[in-house]
Amino acid sequence: MKNLPRKPDRSLMAPSREVVALERRLFLKQGLSLGALTLLSGCDITDADAVQKVLWSMSRWNDRVQAAMFDPGKLAPTYPESAITKPFPFNAFYPAAKAPRVDPATYKLELGGLIREKAPWTLEQLYGLPQSSQITRHICVEGWSAIGKWSGVTFRTFLERVGADLTAKYVGFKCADDYYSSIDMATALHPQTQLTFRFADQVLPAAFGFPMKLRIPTKLGFKNPKHIAAIFVTNDYPGGYWEDQGYNWFSGS
Amino acid sequence: MADQTDAAATGGKRAIHPLAVRITHWVNVCAMWFMIASGWRIYNASPLFDFRFPRDLTLGGWLGGALQWHFAAMWLLVLNGLVYLSYGILSRHFKSSFLPLTPQSVWREFRNALRGRVAHELGVYNAVQRAAYIGVIGVIVALVLSGLTIWKPVQFQELAALMGGYEGARVVHFVAMTLVVLFIVVHVAMVALVPRTLLPMLTGSAKRPEHGQGK
Repeated sequence: MKNLPRKPDRSLMAPSREVVALERRLFLKQGLSLGALTLLSGCDITDADAVQKVLWSMSRWNDRVQAAMFDPGKLAPTYPESAITKPFPFNAFYPAAKAPRVDPATYKLELGGLIREKAPWTLEQLYGLPQSSQITRHICVEGWSAIGKWSGVTFRTFLERVGADLTAKYVGFKCADDYYSSIDMATALHPQTQLTFRFADQVLPAAFGFPMKLRIPTKLGFKNPKHIAAIFVTNDYPGGYWEDQGYNWFSGS
Repeated sequence: MADQTDAAATGGKRAIHPLAVRITHWVNVCAMWFMIASGWRIYNASPLFDFRFPRDLTLGGWLGGALQWHFAAMWLLVLNGLVYLSYGILSRHFKSSFLPLTPQSVWREFRNALRGRVAHELGVYNAVQRAAYIGVIGVIVALVLSGLTIWKPVQFQELAALMGGYEGARVVHFVAMTLVVLFIVVHVAMVALVPRTLLPMLTGSAKRPEHGQGK
């Protein structure tokens, strides 16, 4: 404090040079460490196993939180025909032209796991089940959304018809395009979860999942498997194509 | 003058920022950085507007990684925010630091600031600062609520309806993020202009006397 400026009133106006220099150094130091942190985030933090473990376990935690938040009686908003998005966007892990072509004459839906009547179903048998329609919003994990009209049988009706164990934890799906996914039983039994055969009042086109998809307006788009070839009920976590790579499993809306 | 002599004699320190404010401030810096950087990566997967954020500024590597960061860091942001808000209300920190506040005082001090007449008194906020801090708290609340709506547009459809539905909530979320980023830019620029404000946010106190009471 011996080096205080001689004119005390100046010291009231502005900090001394030493103080300014010290603060500048500290600011730079702080800036540097923030910069170093940013660099770390770019690669090291993202690649570090420990951080990956934390992120994955947070995602599992979020599965549990979402299951607790899920209200089995709460319906997704429905829309008038005039709100339907045209053209409806195509989205998959391959281009639309690569969508699998399933032969309706030979197609049979396979059933497995905790299901009493595992006999495969032909399309004709499936079309004979009670059908209903919904106009709901499809929300993609990427952020975009689109409104469409889907028709089919309420999935709960189908699960009850085949004698599925409705107390099991998961329903899993294997698809003709090598896609696979799984959902929680509570969502499978939601009144708007639909085994879908028609889109926009037409037979489901190949790009949108012929011969059938599962329409779940309470989950993100990638949780709506297309080209379903087999359905199974299980208590062992089945994972999914995107889920195994890092998308959140529950992904409820 | 007398105050300065005392300080010179005793080396006394003056409390500026309470410990709870300092801890929640720096935790919030980390949480906001995780949220904004991962949020930009998520935005890039399906841009709302005709631009993308530079990849090098984003966090997560790909959409799935960014989503993992975003939905992990949201807990840090929200829990830390709740601690801060509870402290601010219960300890009367908000009342003593942010009030009183009138539109007239904000306007007057804003004009003064533009003319370079600002009172830099550590620990005492002028009306423009008070308005900015209250404002950014409100914006962060809107950011969290719109984020919650985007995450759960069916479970929170009543909240979604207030924002014009799912797509409206995306716009609210983007605008709130932009306002927070704007706040950060101004906030950091102010610290760069008056660097002695930085140390008290780490140590909690400043040496007497304080400088620059340019009134």
